Amino acid sequence: MGSPLLVLALPFAAFLLIALVRPLRRRGTAAGWTGITAIALAFIAALQTWLGGVRGQTLLPWLPGDGGPMATVGLLVDHLSVPMLVLVTLVSLLVQLYSLAYLHDEPRASLGRYYAYHSLFAFSMLGLVLSPSYIQMFVFWELVGLCSYLLIGYWYTRPSAAAAALKAFWTTKLGDLGFVAGIVMLWSATGTFEFEALFRMANDQTLPLEGLATIMFLIYLGAVGKSAQFPLHVWLPDAMEGPTPVSALIHAATMVTAGVFLVARSEPLFALVPGVLVLIARVGAFTALLAATMACVERDIKRVLAYSTVSQLGYMMAAAGAGAAAAGFFHLLTHGVFKALLFLGAGAVIHAVGTNDVFRMGGLRRAMPHTAIVFVIGTFALAGVWPLAGFFSKEAVLEGVWNGGMPGVFALLAVTAFLTAFYMFRVVFITFFGRAAVGHGAAAPHGRDAHGHGEAGHAHDPPWLMRWPLWLLAVLTVGIGLSYAFGGSGGGHHPPVWLTVLSLALAGSGILLAWAMHGAGWIDAARVRRALAPIDFLARRRYFLDAIFGGLYRGLMLGIARLIGFLDRYVVDGLLNVVSAWTLRAGDVLRRIQTGRPPDYVYGVSFGVLLLLVLAQWWRSP
Amino acid sequence: MPDLSSYLVVAALVFAIGLFGVLTRRNAVGILLGIELMLNAVTINLVAFARLHGDPVGLLFAVFMIAITVAEVAVGLALVIVIFRVRRTIDADRLDLLRG
Repeated sequence: MGSPLLVLALPFAAFLLIALVRPLRRRGTAAGWTGITAIALAFIAALQTWLGGVRGQTLLPWLPGDGGPMATVGLLVDHLSVPMLVLVTLVSLLVQLYSLAYLHDEPRASLGRYYAYHSLFAFSMLGLVLSPSYIQMFVFWELVGLCSYLLIGYWYTRPSAAAAALKAFWTTKLGDLGFVAGIVMLWSATGTFEFEALFRMANDQTLPLEGLATIMFLIYLGAVGKSAQFPLHVWLPDAMEGPTPVSALIHAATMVTAGVFLVARSEPLFALVPGVLVLIARVGAFTALLAATMACVERDIKRVLAYSTVSQLGYMMAAAGAGAAAAGFFHLLTHGVFKALLFLGAGAVIHAVGTNDVFRMGGLRRAMPHTAIVFVIGTFALAGVWPLAGFFSKEAVLEGVWNGGMPGVFALLAVTAFLTAFYMFRVVFITFFGRAAVGHGAAAPHGRDAHGHGEAGHAHDPPWLMRWPLWLLAVLTVGIGLSYAFGGSGGGHHPPVWLTVLSLALAGSGILLAWAMHGAGWIDAARVRRALAPIDFLARRRYFLDAIFGGLYRGLMLGIARLIGFLDRYVVDGLLNVVSAWTLRAGDVLRRIQTGRPPDYVYGVSFGVLLLLVLAQWWRSP
Repeated sequence: MPDLSSYLVVAALVFAIGLFGVLTRRNAVGILLGIELMLNAVTINLVAFARLHGDPVGLLFAVFMIAITVAEVAVGLALVIVIFRVRRTIDADRLDLLRG
């Protein structure tokens, strides 16, 4: 179990080093290289774990209890955690390398902080996937949430970033509430947190089924928050306020994948409660479609990608809900690779152009050929075009859902596949093809990552440090796809032909529609918008969900906060103030007794003695 | 030989006069005199009871008290002199540095 432990320990060591050694942190680039070295070594260790076929479990007692430890900590290395180790370390490594060039204008100390967070983030996610028990998973789960908060709010002086970070934190906490309640209930029902013991009980059918549906639903709530399922998906698009590499990390390898991983990990338990599974599948499919429609009308390139992540997470969840958690997990892995590619590509574009608005880009294919090629590869993969990675995983998901006997969910996912191809190629055609957008030379860049190097006309490909992570991811995207297409990594398993044809047709028609509207101009986009006015209206306003959550937050949370503030200010503080005011006034009155004249004191003493005498007589007489 | 109660009445009267003096005199020396009277009233009581019980310890006690009273007067007058030197007055009503 040496190398998995190494994978976990290296990023943490890097975090400690950067966080505690002040000169290292203040000299940003050095901190960056520290983090990169650690994560690179961790990646090598992860590869070694994967290729060496290391499997097993180590447990150490943690919380003592009657008759054996109440909770344990340890490492669980199995078919789920090993691919995640490789994915997380790989994406973290590439993102950290990329960030070094992307954030070169940052103040040094700030960059040091960035790398400290990054290392902690990688550590948290690795710890999460290696957790052998729910309780340890929860600890790392919360660490992941904390790190994403810190990184989304990296530019904390910007009010929108601070608000987005808070929103992400609160929204995911809402789900975590269910998660922790579910874990505790599961423990009180079974007496263990460990996956192995729980799965054994599930296998032997000794698990108490009564109340299990509630427990699993609560645990699923945690995944809803983390993996941005409807209705808690609202934080993810706002999380775009963080630097673009952070978005890549959050969307591809860490944070949002945690929810899907949780569901995949708990699959034997979910399998016992079909009702919850159906719910998971339906919510997933609904989320997928909802997010896809919102992506179709979004102008901000990063937000399009964010909605596509929400949509793809819906895919994974739907697969898990249909009983094909393996397919969902497969999609999670391939999606991690090409979504990281897309985000880093988008980052390169934003870096060059200085804006997030796709309509102010245009014709970038000539200015940035490298970025254009890798972005298009990623887009093809996301759209699910043969023979790229996304095609196989998406097909596996669709097949799993179909075999799970959920035609409704299947239909939603099929429509989503079409929309996915459409909105991604819409972005591609607007951004990289066509003419350079009119007038974007005149307007000042207002990009969120506000350090653009000029307008689209002068845009250029990013430096090599940003370029080669992109190429590596592109090669991986193609390579994974090709290995499935020709290498037969699918284990000789072939989905039905009609499904292949259908998914290709959906992707193809989506691409065609995008070309017709935004590439060739055969169809006027404005007319389509008018024809679909109600949907367009709703999608542009994000189905009022953000508004509803904002209203709830303002009305409920802030209302309660105001009430408590009132109580604190006027009741609690008021009581104290009254007491202190009375004390002051009483002192003011009583101090007049102290005249300082000796005869007055003698008067007092005499009178007191007299009084005591009289009282003593009284006491005695009856 | 008068009985006990007349001794006690005299003692009470002397005590009351002394107390009255302490309370009403403004001169610090007058107050000291009042205190002397009160102490002497107590001494009368002691002697009276000693006679009643035929116990010489009470007499002994009275002798001690006289000695202590003398010492007390010496200390009290010394204090009055010091106060006069510092404050240029021995008017008790004006010695009110401790007023709250």
